[in-house]
Amino acid sequence: MFATLRHWLDERLDWDDLTAPLRHKTVPNHRLSYWYFLGGITLFLFVVQVLTGILLLLYYRAGANEAFESVQYIMTQVRFGWLIRSIHSWSANLMIFTAFAHMFSVLFLKAYRKPRELTWVSGVLLLFLVMGFGFSGYLLPWNTLAFFATKVGTEITGQVPIVGKPMMIFLRGGEDVTGATLTRFFGFHVAVLPGVATLMILLHLLLVQRLGMSIPPKLEVQWTANPSAKREMKFFPNFLLRELMAWYVGLGVLGALAAIFPWNLGVKADPFVPAPAGIKPEWYFLFMFQTLKLIPSKVWFVDGEVLGVLAFGLVGLLWILLPFFESDQPSRTKGWITGLAVFALVYIAGMSVYGHLAK
Amino acid sequence: MTADQLTQPEPTRRRVIEIFLGGGLLASFASFLYPVLRYLVPPAVADLGGDEVVAAKLAELKPNSSKIFRFGSRPGLLIMNSDGTYRALSATCTHLGCTVQYRNDLRQVWCACHNGIYDLGGRNVSGPPPRPLDVFDVHLRGDEIVVSRKREA
Amino acid sequence: MAILRNKLRPFSAARYVGLVGSVVLAACLGYGQTKNSCLDCHSALPDPLGVSQEKFSQDVHAQKGLTCASCHGGDPTSDDPDKAMSRKAGWKGKIDRKQIPQLCGSCHSDPAYIRQFNPSLRTDQLGQYRTSVHGKRFAAGDTKVAVCTDCHSVHDLRAPSDPRSTVNPVNVASTCARCHADANYMKGYSIPTDQFAKYSTSVHHDALAVRGDLSAPTCSTCHGNHGAAPPGVDKVQNVCSNCHTFQDQMYEKSSHKVAFQAASLPGCVVCHSNHGISHPTDAKLGTGPDAVCMQCHSPGDSCDQARAGLLSSLSQLDEAIKGADHILGVAESSGMEVSEARLGQDQARDSLTKARVTIHSFRKELVDQDIQAGLKIAAKNLQSGKEAMVERNHRRVGLGISLIAIGIVLAGLRLYIKKIES
Repeated sequence: MFATLRHWLDERLDWDDLTAPLRHKTVPNHRLSYWYFLGGITLFLFVVQVLTGILLLLYYRAGANEAFESVQYIMTQVRFGWLIRSIHSWSANLMIFTAFAHMFSVLFLKAYRKPRELTWVSGVLLLFLVMGFGFSGYLLPWNTLAFFATKVGTEITGQVPIVGKPMMIFLRGGEDVTGATLTRFFGFHVAVLPGVATLMILLHLLLVQRLGMSIPPKLEVQWTANPSAKREMKFFPNFLLRELMAWYVGLGVLGALAAIFPWNLGVKADPFVPAPAGIKPEWYFLFMFQTLKLIPSKVWFVDGEVLGVLAFGLVGLLWILLPFFESDQPSRTKGWITGLAVFALVYIAGMSVYGHLAK
Repeated sequence: MTADQLTQPEPTRRRVIEIFLGGGLLASFASFLYPVLRYLVPPAVADLGGDEVVAAKLAELKPNSSKIFRFGSRPGLLIMNSDGTYRALSATCTHLGCTVQYRNDLRQVWCACHNGIYDLGGRNVSGPPPRPLDVFDVHLRGDEIVVSRKREA
Repeated sequence: MAILRNKLRPFSAARYVGLVGSVVLAACLGYGQTKNSCLDCHSALPDPLGVSQEKFSQDVHAQKGLTCASCHGGDPTSDDPDKAMSRKAGWKGKIDRKQIPQLCGSCHSDPAYIRQFNPSLRTDQLGQYRTSVHGKRFAAGDTKVAVCTDCHSVHDLRAPSDPRSTVNPVNVASTCARCHADANYMKGYSIPTDQFAKYSTSVHHDALAVRGDLSAPTCSTCHGNHGAAPPGVDKVQNVCSNCHTFQDQMYEKSSHKVAFQAASLPGCVVCHSNHGISHPTDAKLGTGPDAVCMQCHSPGDSCDQARAGLLSSLSQLDEAIKGADHILGVAESSGMEVSEARLGQDQARDSLTKARVTIHSFRKELVDQDIQAGLKIAAKNLQSGKEAMVERNHRRVGLGISLIAIGIVLAGLRLYIKKIES
């Protein structure tokens, strides 16, 4: 039956030709091959997010007076609503984690180098988009923690000189975090970001497909010197089946997290109560939050917080352009990006742990 | 792998694995789809906005009687006055948080815990309550009595 | 103001009018401080003669247009100290302590005068004062007792509604304590000085100072203010019942009312004490250190048995509520939504609160009505908690089933990959 269907498609769409790149695609097979899975897992979690997100849209209603209640309704009244929402929340967090892990694996395996600079750029932009998903989605249940985290988060945006204040007002839909903010964040979360992210993912995948899988430099040298040592695996079906295993493991983990630790709902946001002490953003913003807290309030003549926000903006921009700073010529200073990656990893991990423990 | 398995004809072995994998895939899809399908069926309990709740049906109360209803996470008190009009108050006593009740003999709201008394406008009249009760808006919608939080102007 | 001047210093007022003529209209409107030479010197003088403009402007009397001369007399329009503070100009100098109640009363006992400023302000303070322990001793020549200014302060006297006022409800206790907690000062009076210390530990202080409930009692709520005196043994119940009406109704009909009256015991205070009244616990009905029943009753008698019955009823409901709370807590921490039952728990707690009030009837059948109502609600909530736990276990079974399916797929994929790669 499959054969007939395939023949039918082939006649009309030139199916075999269309899928040829996939069939011919190979994946290098070496002891670090496992890192190739991370991108696929992140993509899989994104698909889980899209599907569960669509399901949540069936019952969720944005609005300061309704959002919390509708999520409560999903959690209590709708059959398996708790499961769908918990998977959406857990999957979001895991996706951000795997996206970070994917980025660092790319750094350490030197996969960002020529000719893959654009893949890197699109990847970093995707990471920022994913964090934007996290920031906007966190507010949607309209609970106290989310409300104040959003207040603090948008406040920080407002620190940027000149454009900061209009940007904050744009994000908040007014001077303060209100129902208008919720409407906007809902729009970003379910329309703007998914659209942009889908295009960016397609670009990212297209680039990956065009350029093939990167081989770690040392191995590439060995393999070029000794072509018989080269080990490869067909993408379809060998690698894809392995990826499928990883996805299934991911599904199992998500299901277990959702069933054993359902995402709790918290208390409905009340703009008129004082902020609870020790308000913290989600863990993936914690390293930035903690850094801003540690900067002294005045550095020379500049306000410390403004300096911090500007520094993060600059670092983010440089991070996008990272591959372009490495010269083509093999030189002794080539190791600095690995050093920077180690530093970034240690810094982010350290600051996150510190921020988590600090009051 | 045992010698026994190795002697098995190759296509049979492959077939067994395929059936095993196919069965697993079907079972796992079923376990994913079941919750989703159940999720798609709307629950019998209709969802209302957080700022309003159906406190009672029209025929439920007699004049000069009352009913405790749930409003969010706190109780509310719906009173039908003798003239057939309705009023709704928060039912949480401002003294120590007991649930107040309507006294049809006194035409007052009364907290049984420490004999706190409020008038029908929610004002604390006597006894220990330090503050008035919150007053809610009441509307009729079909045969439902809908209570909502007072909107800030 | 002109009226006051006429009242206190008819001669100088006439002169004042004659001297400044055209400003009189302004003076009547309350802008009359054309000249107050008193503060020129007194704002620079050290205590006790120093009164700064800043301090005096806080005084409610100053805000109503009264000046130094309103109480102290003299001529504030003259820059010459001899003229300003001449007995001829009606200057009184330091007001003798013995004259203070009378001086304050000269305005505050005059309804026609006070009405101009605040028609609802009472004018019976001096009369009340004369009936108070302070006032009686004062009349007998004891000048150590409190006079108006001791409680209300002077020169920066604020309206009682001002939170900074010494007689604002939140400050009353510490104002009384200035004398009543000073063992040295109170030497010679045969009353204890630990009232303030005890009050500070009481549930009433907690309600007032910590919870900010301004209707909670302070010293004057039970003792009166201007007519301050102990309520008296047989009147304690009347005082407490102003707020604790329900307990009063119960107690009124109880056997204890008769017994305490016969033995001249101070009602409520017998079990609850007075200044150091603590939040009552069920232990009061027990046999431990907080127990009160056994102070009078002997173990094993019928009253002791009734006591044990009441206590066990209360503990039964308390345990039932805690049991339901526990299971709801476990269900909640494993992600189950039990807010409905949590709300129901409040009603069970209401019943317990009510039963604790009904204790004052000392009749088990009345108490048990409340207890039974509470037990029924708690049992329902316990059931909801159990159902939530069953639901939680269903979730885990469901998870187990899908994990088995996932496991089969993983194993199948592993075998399949092996197969196609062999």
